[in-house]
Amino acid sequence: MDWSSHPAHVYRDYKSTVLRGPTKPLVAIDHTLSELTGPVYGQDSIGPLDADLTKNGQRNGEPLGERIIVTGRVVDENDRPQANTLIEIWQANAAGRYIHEIDQHDAPIDPNFLGAGRCVTDAAGRYRYMTIKPGAYPWGNHHNAWRPNHIHLSLFGPSFTSRLVTQMYFPGDPLLELDPIFHGVPEGARDRLISSFAIDVTEPQYALGYEFDIVLRGPNATPLEI
Amino acid sequence: MSPRQTPSQTVGPFFAYGLAPEQYGYRFTSIADHAVASPATEGERVRIIGQVFDGEGTPVPDALLEFWQANAHGRYNHPADDRKDNLLDPEFKGFGRIGTGTSADASFHIDTVKPGAVDGRQAPHINVVVLMRGLLTHAFTRLYFSDEETLNAADPILAQVPEDRRATLIAKQDETLAGNVYRFDIHMQGERETVFFDI
Ligand SMILES: [Fe+3]
Repeated sequence: MDWSSHPAHVYRDYKSTVLRGPTKPLVAIDHTLSELTGPVYGQDSIGPLDADLTKNGQRNGEPLGERIIVTGRVVDENDRPQANTLIEIWQANAAGRYIHEIDQHDAPIDPNFLGAGRCVTDAAGRYRYMTIKPGAYPWGNHHNAWRPNHIHLSLFGPSFTSRLVTQMYFPGDPLLELDPIFHGVPEGARDRLISSFAIDVTEPQYALGYEFDIVLRGPNATPLEI
Repeated sequence: MSPRQTPSQTVGPFFAYGLAPEQYGYRFTSIADHAVASPATEGERVRIIGQVFDGEGTPVPDALLEFWQANAHGRYNHPADDRKDNLLDPEFKGFGRIGTGTSADASFHIDTVKPGAVDGRQAPHINVVVLMRGLLTHAFTRLYFSDEETLNAADPILAQVPEDRRATLIAKQDETLAGNVYRFDIHMQGERETVFFDI
């Protein structure tokens, strides 16, 4: 693992890490076939509406909130496009409410918004999905704690070593500066998690566009010394 | 300059409808679940059960576990495993995923086949990714089998693990339960902290 890019397991300001992050030294191992392989999910693993979260949860109308288009490239550290790669997506609704039963935030559920989707990259490594801009939500980490607007993303990449679960943030969000989950990332790497507004992705009379490129670990990357 | 890796972030507490929707009862299809093997998969059926414990020994009810394994012949269903031995089982992807949030005791189980020895050197094992709220970067571990003592003793990865911690990676066959069941508990911290790998 490149620990100059990824958060350490225990980051005290994010309280749940204190009892859940491993504390003994990780055991570094050479890569075998077990690490150099991994599950392959491509175009055949998604349904027709999976990449449009504004449509895949509809029951009796349009979901509420600001429609957005999110697009970008998935590449590895050598800038090689990662084609035919599955991205799993989940997020809160426009009011900052997850449909999940343990989300106790007193904000409305949107009956027409599920908040889960999937898309697959094309031959150039490009992906695109439609959704509703997620709202901020409170959490119990500390007094007056609010998560910045974010979309959760999960990718497998070409092998077990490239597994990535991350969150995409939005430019100019004042909550980023106060968020221990964002700050768990080494300082020089944090801005890689912030998408950028893109007028050329934005569609007139329809939806705002954001660009977010995702860089997966490459096959020849040498792990840095910890 | 070549691009730098996108940083990891926690899966958070609300992953269920994105990553394991059918298990948790959401209206969205799952790409993978606890059934790693299908009825058509070749091999010896095994069930793995277990719990994930935090640093106070409390079972974690919002962990997500992923399992990746070779088939009964030790072959991975992946282009990088390109051995020309025709031992690929097209009925077996080799991937499973389960959350600990749908049973009263925060346990998990997967139904699969016992993997064969991998690449002629490694003892049968399953690769495991551990994700949860409170883990900003997921953790990698491996599950080995208690009834493979000879192969385990010769395994090059186990050999890199301090001897007094190897037991944390061995799933123990539970003969009190019906079927071929192995228990694999994951301890995030403490005296019995599971060995996690830096890969
Ligand atoms: Fe979230």
